[in-house]
Amino acid sequence: MIDAVGNPQSILLLGGTSDIGLAVVEAFAGDRPLRVVLAARPTERLDAARSRLEARGCAVEIVPFDAEAFDTHADVVRKAFTGGDIDVAVVAFGVLGDNEQAWTDMSQAVRLAQVNYTAAVSVGVALAERMREQGHGSIVAFSSVAGERARRSNFVYGSTKAGLDAFYYGLTEALRPHGVTVTIVRPGFVHTRMTEGKRPAPLATTPEAVAALTVDAVRRRRELIWAPGAWRFVMSALRHLPRAVFRRLPI
Amino acid sequence: MPQSTSLRGWGRTAPTTATVLLPRSPDDVSAAIERAGPRGVIARGLGRSYGDPAQNAGGTVLDMTALATIHSIDAESGLVDLDAGVSLDTLMRAALPYGLWVPVLPGTRQVTIGGAIGADVHGKNHHTKGSFGNHVRSIDLVTADGSVRRLTPDGPDSELFWATVGGMGLTGVVVRATVQLHRTESAYFVVDTDRTADLDELMGLLTDGSDDTYGYSAAWFDTTTTGAQLGRAVLTRGSLATVDQLPPKLRRDPLKFDAPQLLSFPDVFPNGLANRYTLRAFSELWYRKAPKRQRGSIQNITAFYQVLDLFGDWNRVYGSRGFLQYQFLVPFGEEATFRRIVEKIAASPHASGLNVLKRFGDANPAPLSFPQPGWTITVDFPIARGLHRLCEELDALVLSAGGRFYLAKESRVSAATFRRGYPRFDEWRKVRDAVDPEGVFASDMSRRLELTK
Repeated sequence: MIDAVGNPQSILLLGGTSDIGLAVVEAFAGDRPLRVVLAARPTERLDAARSRLEARGCAVEIVPFDAEAFDTHADVVRKAFTGGDIDVAVVAFGVLGDNEQAWTDMSQAVRLAQVNYTAAVSVGVALAERMREQGHGSIVAFSSVAGERARRSNFVYGSTKAGLDAFYYGLTEALRPHGVTVTIVRPGFVHTRMTEGKRPAPLATTPEAVAALTVDAVRRRRELIWAPGAWRFVMSALRHLPRAVFRRLPI
Repeated sequence: MPQSTSLRGWGRTAPTTATVLLPRSPDDVSAAIERAGPRGVIARGLGRSYGDPAQNAGGTVLDMTALATIHSIDAESGLVDLDAGVSLDTLMRAALPYGLWVPVLPGTRQVTIGGAIGADVHGKNHHTKGSFGNHVRSIDLVTADGSVRRLTPDGPDSELFWATVGGMGLTGVVVRATVQLHRTESAYFVVDTDRTADLDELMGLLTDGSDDTYGYSAAWFDTTTTGAQLGRAVLTRGSLATVDQLPPKLRRDPLKFDAPQLLSFPDVFPNGLANRYTLRAFSELWYRKAPKRQRGSIQNITAFYQVLDLFGDWNRVYGSRGFLQYQFLVPFGEEATFRRIVEKIAASPHASGLNVLKRFGDANPAPLSFPQPGWTITVDFPIARGLHRLCEELDALVLSAGGRFYLAKESRVSAATFRRGYPRFDEWRKVRDAVDPEGVFASDMSRRLELTK
């Protein structure tokens, strides 16, 4: 259960080695140790994450999870809930890809769409069912500012996040009568493994900063946040620019 | 899927949804228990617990307020036989014409009999009369198998009786009870008031032996002042008035129950209205309006006792984010801890307006009953960033002093912290598990604090 000041007792991280996802888990654990379920492909990184969380006093379970194996998702989520209620479920997996390759290579484009969008919808449906049954809980979905308006330089990734964002936006309403809160987080450029080697964009931030904003949003049952918050105004302006102007921006 | 309803406690935090049923008879209760799904059942009264004991996410919640018949009041013996959904307010209004008084009244009368037993509530007279369970002569409990058992404090099922008193509804559903009322000549109090300059003066008055000469006693103290004014307080103590003590005007109708509701607050208050500045101003006003020293003032119940009952839905003042009430006790001799806690609150960015200090008397046999000899302290904080950290620091102080937390108010401690305050928890758990082996009774609180399996 989530208590009066917003502390969860358990958290499920889908994409158990995501830098931002793990930062969220650690931020919650920093306030009070909790039961953690990491759903990810078994790797050394996963083992390292487990040890780090256990050192913080968390009880960690691992459930093997492959975002592209859709037919296993129901089972993965079921397993994640066998140890008891999941108070917070974080959908944090995703791939960035290379835009020039992705829009010219069908298999790469499809992979991006499947991991970032189809898999997010698939686990979203499974999570929604379990959360409705338990009558409480919080789902966090990591969207991106890239989904707000497609840019030439990053539109394949952007389109997958736009789809995810729309799905979870609607899911927020669908789950509200069931006592379940959905929080969509739209980060900008975050220094992670995913963006390693990429040129940082303005307002670049860290996983820890995004995690702090996310934890605060979950505690306050907020449904949509930007990370950092200034993105909301930047994107609001960009969204309303005429296409001819938007096209010429060096973004 | 059945209709789900969002429920939360009086503190307006941590809402969850459940299927709410309105049983009209003990048979309805049994039927609901038999049909319970995997998330179980919990009873709910008037929703005055601050945290989550009367909600059951994904399960069934029984709204007990339709089981509200007073079956009999025996004017001779003072025994009343009544349903669990009757409120203390209703009982009081029904009993006063017989010259009978409800022996234990918490800060609000909007509490059901079932809730008063489940939380083993206490009032300003704990040091003379104990808690609510001390005055219950029998309980009809619908248990997990759907049967109704009559429990008494010293009969064959006495263990289950005392596990139900303070058991937060987790042993079964109380559907009916017999309660011993007390005799009174009037519905008024003779009240003495002392305004103290600081905490030390207050503790002096509470420990000089004078407290035992009053039936009722509690102090409001200030958590917004520091230094020489740290913990300045208003101590009000009184006893039920005899007819002779009343002024002639009141003597004509000494049992008149005079407790109107002045107004009900609409749900329009923004978050942040109750903040350190407004609460400091409130505290200043509350302190200043009290007389420095007053003796023998005749007051009715709302003036002396249940001021907040003058206002409906007063919890809305805290806004949609709600507030938490933090009530704990520390044993006698731990006054220094109490002082440190007041200092910590005063130094923090968080503020509390409604602060109560009370000296407890003896405990009753219930393993989870909150009161035991010592000081109980209640403060309440609007929910704000950083409150968790402050409360965790206070928790550590309370536990290091050998203290504990009150489940009717509790909304955020960890399971381990709760358990450290209740060394008899395992004893309670054994009785509970025996009567409900499948874990039919469950609540958000029982999941949060791991009270049940």
